[in-house]
Amino acid sequence: MSIFTFTPQNEEKFLNLLKKYPHPQSLMLPSLWLAQSQDGYISSEAMEYIATKIEVAPIEVYRVATFYTMFHLEEIAPYHIEVCKTLSCKLCGQDEILKYIEEQTTNSNKFKISKVECMGACGGAPMMTLNGVYHENLTTSKVDEILGGIQ
Amino acid sequence: MIVKIVSKKFDIPNAHTLDVAKQNGAYSALDSALSKTPEEIIEIITESGLRGKGGGGAPAGKKWSLMPKKSDRPHYLIVNGDESEPGTYKDRQILQYDPHLLIEGMIISAYAMNANEAYIYVRGEYKFFIDRFQSAVDEAYEANILGENSTLSHKLNITIHRGAGAYICGEKTALIESLEGKRGHPRLKPKKPEPEYFFGNPATVNNVETIATVPFIVENGADAYRQYGTEKSPGTMLFALSGQINNPGVYEMAYGASLVEFINEIGGGVKNGKKLKAVIPGGASTPVLKADEDLACVMLDYESMRSAGSSLGTGGAIIMDEDTDMVEALKNLLEFYHHESCGQCTPCREGSGWVDNIVGAILDGVAQEKDLDTLLDVAKTMNGKTICVFAPAVSGVIEGFLKNFREEFENYISEGRFVKSPVEAIAEASCQTSLE
Repeated sequence: MSIFTFTPQNEEKFLNLLKKYPHPQSLMLPSLWLAQSQDGYISSEAMEYIATKIEVAPIEVYRVATFYTMFHLEEIAPYHIEVCKTLSCKLCGQDEILKYIEEQTTNSNKFKISKVECMGACGGAPMMTLNGVYHENLTTSKVDEILGGIQ
Repeated sequence: MIVKIVSKKFDIPNAHTLDVAKQNGAYSALDSALSKTPEEIIEIITESGLRGKGGGGAPAGKKWSLMPKKSDRPHYLIVNGDESEPGTYKDRQILQYDPHLLIEGMIISAYAMNANEAYIYVRGEYKFFIDRFQSAVDEAYEANILGENSTLSHKLNITIHRGAGAYICGEKTALIESLEGKRGHPRLKPKKPEPEYFFGNPATVNNVETIATVPFIVENGADAYRQYGTEKSPGTMLFALSGQINNPGVYEMAYGASLVEFINEIGGGVKNGKKLKAVIPGGASTPVLKADEDLACVMLDYESMRSAGSSLGTGGAIIMDEDTDMVEALKNLLEFYHHESCGQCTPCREGSGWVDNIVGAILDGVAQEKDLDTLLDVAKTMNGKTICVFAPAVSGVIEGFLKNFREEFENYISEGRFVKSPVEAIAEASCQTSLE
């Protein structure tokens, strides 16, 4: 197992943020984001590292990291597709879009597909994100376009 | 019906950049605002009747006046951009199209509450909108509008805090817990009204849209804001439409507009020429309204919504057409709540799972008649027994569906499948009880 440390750039970001809060514990979410941006997921080494930096017990970092759905504690596929399943998207044909996306991405281990709760894009339903980028008003041909560049 | 106060610069290309924003009046309210005393500003906001736009509708001026006038501790302004109520996507428009309006509002509000540090908590999924707002903040620092070198008489730092996917962090005390680096568990509420506390320091939490309304009010006066809306719900709000509607979108209107007119005239009516069956008027947590004669009398203000048995919430309406399977719709919402319950209080943590399972059984055709009573019983148990309003909202959602569409649930149980019920078209002119 390798030992986790922030890259120099992330360390600089961390130190800048440290000045902006009255207590280092506020850097919990920002640090978890930095760790995830570095490795693609948050390892237990990263959690221990963060705990030391923000002066809390490692279990506190674990408690928080497991509470928020956007943090990945395991490595995930390079292309993460999230499909909103909440009511406005559901009413606008999310079921068909999800099915289509799943069909298009079977036999490929490049993709992780998550059904997620409301992403705040209800006016552009149905919607998905690809590695965090919003794609709204989906149709099957639009999905082809989005995925086309990858396969 | 459209009134543009907060959304004034939404259609101007590149209004998110400082130059274009300034050409169109951004930061023009600052000089006159900062020449007033903080008390005077709180007075103007109180007189304007500005109500919080995040769902609760609490008077903003009253909230601000809870902040201590003098204290040896730092004060904080915290802006709530968590926006995770299904059907709601208005704050992101401000972050995207007019971030400088929000910065201006934050400077004035922070000055009124004697805060030199402001945080804005934005939901983690809004990466694009966070980046957009961050570049506006960077521009404002460079132009010495923000920061230690600010040329203004009131210095303010703004820090953007990115959430990480938890609906409950939109609850203001859960938001502060999250900002303090903890799980987003709502706090117990004090008996007497108090400010919030961020690491023990007084803080106020306001919604993005509320803060973005402040510059207009302070620049033009309370009466200018009060000329719109109703006596008890003055001003305007960013209302949203989604679901089965021809023109989904975010539209700023004065409070008190007719819901049906909003749907038909601005929203262009229900998709595919179908009839309207139901509306969830203000985000998923507000009880559903049935499209019947009474709906024609429902207005988009807090009081009218309350008397109709629902709530204005965040103003994000979800439109359902005549073919909508209401059991499936409720199941969809209950899955959301089941997933999002923070798990702190037992009635909510367990209850949200139970109600999800019961409605799931109805949907699967394996439920019995008595399950509906069990459903209502659990809903009742969830109401008023928890720390925050999450569980009472779930309770209200279930009761709303059963009050309006019980027959559909019963049919589902006896037939084991969706039985479409006839829907009457509602005439716009059919409201007989309009105020004379």
